[in-house]
Amino acid sequence: MNIFVLMKRTFDTEEKIVIQNGKVSEEGAEFIINPYDEYAIEEAIQVRDKHGGEVTVVTVGNEDAEKELRTALAMGADKAVLINIEDDVEDGDQYTTAKVLAEYLKDKEADLILAGNVAIDGGSGQVGPRVAELLGIPYVTTITKLEIDGTNVKVVRDVEGDEEIIETSLPLLVTAQQGLNEPRYPSLPGIMKAKKKPLEELELDDLDLDEDDVEAKTKTIEIFLPPKKEAGKILQGDIADQVKELVSLLHTEAKVI
Amino acid sequence: MTRKVLTLAEVRDGALRNVSFEAIAAAKTIAEGGEVVSVLVGVSVRSLAAELIHYGADRVLVVEHEKLAHYTPDGYTQALQAVIEQEKPEGIVFGHTALGKDLSPKLAAKLQSGLVSDIVALEEAGGNIVFTRPIYSGKAFEKKIVTDGLIFVTVRPNNIAPLQKDESRTGEVTDVAVDIKDLRTIVKEVVRKTAEGVDLSEAKVIVAGGRGVKSAEGFEPLKELAKVLGGAVGASRGACDAGYCDYSLQIGQTGKVVTPDLYIACGISGAIQHLAGMSNSKVIVAINKDPEANIFKVADYGIVGDLFEVVPLLVEEFKKLKVHS
Ligand SMILES: Cc1cc2nc3c(=O)[nH]c(=O)nc-3n(C[C@H](O)[C@H](O)[C@H](O)COP(=O)(O)OP(=O)(O)OC[C@H]3O[C@@H](n4cnc5c(N)ncnc54)[C@H](O)[C@@H]3O)c2cc1C
Ligand SMILES: Cc1cc2nc3c(=O)[nH]c(=O)nc-3n(C[C@H](O)[C@H](O)[C@H](O)COP(=O)(O)OP(=O)(O)OC[C@H]3O[C@@H](n4cnc5c(N)ncnc54)[C@H](O)[C@@H]3O)c2cc1C
Repeated sequence: MNIFVLMKRTFDTEEKIVIQNGKVSEEGAEFIINPYDEYAIEEAIQVRDKHGGEVTVVTVGNEDAEKELRTALAMGADKAVLINIEDDVEDGDQYTTAKVLAEYLKDKEADLILAGNVAIDGGSGQVGPRVAELLGIPYVTTITKLEIDGTNVKVVRDVEGDEEIIETSLPLLVTAQQGLNEPRYPSLPGIMKAKKKPLEELELDDLDLDEDDVEAKTKTIEIFLPPKKEAGKILQGDIADQVKELVSLLHTEAKVI
Repeated sequence: MTRKVLTLAEVRDGALRNVSFEAIAAAKTIAEGGEVVSVLVGVSVRSLAAELIHYGADRVLVVEHEKLAHYTPDGYTQALQAVIEQEKPEGIVFGHTALGKDLSPKLAAKLQSGLVSDIVALEEAGGNIVFTRPIYSGKAFEKKIVTDGLIFVTVRPNNIAPLQKDESRTGEVTDVAVDIKDLRTIVKEVVRKTAEGVDLSEAKVIVAGGRGVKSAEGFEPLKELAKVLGGAVGASRGACDAGYCDYSLQIGQTGKVVTPDLYIACGISGAIQHLAGMSNSKVIVAINKDPEANIFKVADYGIVGDLFEVVPLLVEEFKKLKVHS
């Protein structure tokens, strides 16, 4: 089976956000594979181990993403592709990213494409379904279970806590929800092997795309931190008194009750 | 510039979800005096049209088809495409719900359009409609504008106030005929896990429990507190993973994103993935026996103590308050 994973490099979940010159400062920040994409990579590896084939992990980003691609290879992916459009496109949005990914994928005859359901930085959840639509294939988002039998596919989809049992078929794109699996850590031999696995780097030119084709449709005009919350009031004294005080504060000061 | 703006109404258990009205309010701002047209999709949904008009829609379009009984991306895309071809809107507003999140990117790709997802505020400024949305799990916000083509957005539930309901408003309700075919994903079964009662994403008060609740029975006092306050019960991933409650109650990055007036976190440590789902709540109360717990950093009021002691006392106090007021 020909399997692709769409992977985004993101800020570490625990990272503090600092804004400098109107942008989120990357100085000294730790980066990780978007956590939902880890589920996608793990699932891809499991599907390959069961049904045969090859897993290719693709990212749109700059050369810094090589590190996360190597991690994916160390987990067990077979190939990695970095589409580096940094020099060609200044400000991209989800329209840009999806168009680039779809252009890369269009002649790859993918059977299965996996993505994360949302990136923890940009947080739009757009890229997966957009890519599927551009490729003309069906998709199922926020999946917690995937069963493949020939070209028939059965999926469990998380819908705000309810479950939908969905039947569909390959070729297909799915986006991973937490609960799909437990991503493995790269093993030491895995890390050694990853160094020798192919990591291809492409640019916009290699994809038959012009800057105009991928020009963003939206623009970020400002980034700001939420107003600093005043330190909360930690109540003191006897628990029963604290409870009385809390109820009174919620009633008279916060006026939410 | 006036615009014609479409909104997608969302129906659950035969009733309109609040986010349908919030979408209309957002659409009014985007329309800048233009027409707001709401779209109802499904089976036997026509009777809900009047309420959309009471909340500010100028017209309602109804797309009914047996194959639209369950949401599928293909079915709904065909329904909305028919509407869009007919109406040629300059703006579209969906809720940022499971349905809206799933459908909007597909439609945007089909229309070769941008899409600003999960907005929590919008305003007209300097000739643009400026949208505010959280990024980095709510640790920062960005303001976005649409630079080319259609203004397509999804609104986070419970953040944009609906317009005042006006039952004297009237408007045209028309059917749009569609032929729905070739659904490539089929919903075989829906396993409902969601508890009866208040929809978490719309609740004004949420009492949430974490691993500190320790058992399914441990949730009883929280349920009681929620009942007294007319609110809903939520949970952290920790509590769901431990089997104390169902995943449908989960709040956070993986679960539901909520913005109630009052959020009471009981025995929840305050991991960033949990905060991503609730840090925008208007007032946050934390009850935790660990004074160092991260949840106190976002809390407006905190009690350091055993939730099994504190929560029943709270129930009593709120009951007294209710009697007095
Ligand atoms: C050249 C360029 C410049 C950019 N400039 C800016 C900027 O100035 N400001 C700004 O805020 N953002 C910028 N971006 C990022 C961009 O706006 C979005 O972050 C990106 O399109 C993904 O959107 P998202 O974070 O909402 O991801 P989501 O749609 O939430 O991601 C869902 C899933 O899609 C897949 N996916 C997402 N992004 C990628 C990717 N890059 N490669 C592979 N798979 C992916 C992953 O599987 C992910 O889990 C730029 C992007 C590019 C390409
Ligand atoms: C990709 C990803 C997505 C995630 N998504 C989510 C999500 O959507 N939602 C979510 O919640 N988590 C999510 N998580 C998990 C998150 O990281 C935390 O593990 C989880 O939120 C912890 O739950 P908790 O606070 O209930 O448990 P713990 O961290 O174990 O905290 C329990 C707390 O209870 C307190 N306590 C114990 N006993 C008592 C008592 N008797 N009285 C008062 N206090 C007491 C303790 O002091 C402690 O602070 C996600 C993680 C990942 C990796």
